[in-house]
Amino acid sequence: MLDFFKSLFKPQGSGATAKERLRLVLLSDHLSLAPETIDALKADLFDVFSRYFEYDASQAEVTFDHREREVAMLASVPILRVRERTLPPVALAPEPPAPVAVAPVAVAPVAVAPEPPAIAEPEPELEPVEAEAVEAGPAPVAALEPEKLPIAPAAPRPRKRRRKRNAAASNGKAGVQPGLSAGHSAQA
Amino acid sequence: MEAIETEITAPVPEAPVGDQPVAPLGRAIVITSGKGGVGKTTTTANVGAALAALGKRVVLVDADVGLRNLDIVLGLEARVKYHVLDVIENKAELDDALVRDKNVDSLYLLAAAQTREKEDVSTEAMIGLIEQLRARFEFVLIDCPAGIETGFRNAIAGAGHAIVVCTPEVSAVRDADRVVGLLPHDWKPELVVNRLRPALVRKGKMLSVEDVDAILRLPLLGVIPDEPGIIIATNKGRPIALDEHSPVGAAYRQIASRLAGNDVPPPTVKVAEPGFFSKFGSLFGGR
Repeated sequence: MLDFFKSLFKPQGSGATAKERLRLVLLSDHLSLAPETIDALKADLFDVFSRYFEYDASQAEVTFDHREREVAMLASVPILRVRERTLPPVALAPEPPAPVAVAPVAVAPVAVAPEPPAIAEPEPELEPVEAEAVEAGPAPVAALEPEKLPIAPAAPRPRKRRRKRNAAASNGKAGVQPGLSAGHSAQA
Repeated sequence: MEAIETEITAPVPEAPVGDQPVAPLGRAIVITSGKGGVGKTTTTANVGAALAALGKRVVLVDADVGLRNLDIVLGLEARVKYHVLDVIENKAELDDALVRDKNVDSLYLLAAAQTREKEDVSTEAMIGLIEQLRARFEFVLIDCPAGIETGFRNAIAGAGHAIVVCTPEVSAVRDADRVVGLLPHDWKPELVVNRLRPALVRKGKMLSVEDVDAILRLPLLGVIPDEPGIIIATNKGRPIALDEHSPVGAAYRQIASRLAGNDVPPPTVKVAEPGFFSKFGSLFGGR
């Protein structure tokens, strides 16, 4: 009720709502992308950013600019500082074209933190090195990456998994995760 | 037959504006929208009447086979004897099927078949028919059915230009956008924003012409305000474009004038002051 009265005095009326809805609906019309796909894309993007930078999640945004007959994606992500040890994950990523089936299994153990080395066994060498060299935090994230790639093509799935991962990851470490999870919730 | 022939002796325009290189052929323009109920038929009737009132020879083709309406809006329903399919199937001569308007001399209607289906018309036949009409009229306005199926494809097949009618609503703009994507790529469709209510726009409760325009990015051909007069005119079966005092009529006449090649100032819409909702007239044409 109060909202109703407020809306009476707001300068921006339902016209603005209509405009925004129109913008979004046309965007997905033109890209032939479902809204879930776009959300998943954003989540993935911020995920990647977070591997290299600490960024201000509250200011980070991904927008789609509607031009003549095309749409451009613009990401604006204020960087707070460069994250150290970005190299290992990159080196890792191409290596294991990991079996997709393994992925779900890996998610749970990571949350438990101590386990990773054991799980990593099927994917030899690299994993243990990681775990040693890096503080507890980044390691789990790195361990998860490979799974993401093979799964990415299926649109709806990454979202579910991402939530699990966030939960898992924020258990893992303090510094990075606030940014990540905040980023995610901001998009949702 | 005779009636038509005499009409043809009317002054022939030097160059039938725009896309047709061959001078003697008229301009075939399809009025389309995707969404139903946004005012295609009303726009066809009124732009046609206004063009004819400018002295142009105009034929309106109702391509909405199965849902004939253009005759009603023009008040010609009692005079329709034959329709598009009769002509295509050689059951009637074109001249017998053309219904002369009761208000404006140089305006004719070719009605749609009411009891047939859109699939009964072949695209080739439609192209042939429009070609025939272009040889005899300066403007061939084709009233496209809603949707993007057979009826739509047939309606655009013979045309060389499109007017996209859109109301300031999310669904209408979305459909208009879709339809524009389905038109031939070398066309440059023009936009008519219909049923605009400046008072609502002013309060931020309706998409503005700029909003619609920014999304569709088509040249703006005209803006038609929403006004009760249009309903009354339709009730009577007399195009409001012929009403000298109606702002809606003025908006249609402006569109016609622009189509006729006159240098008409672009349709600018200033938002009405509260309480002056009825004074639409001052909102258009920069005058």
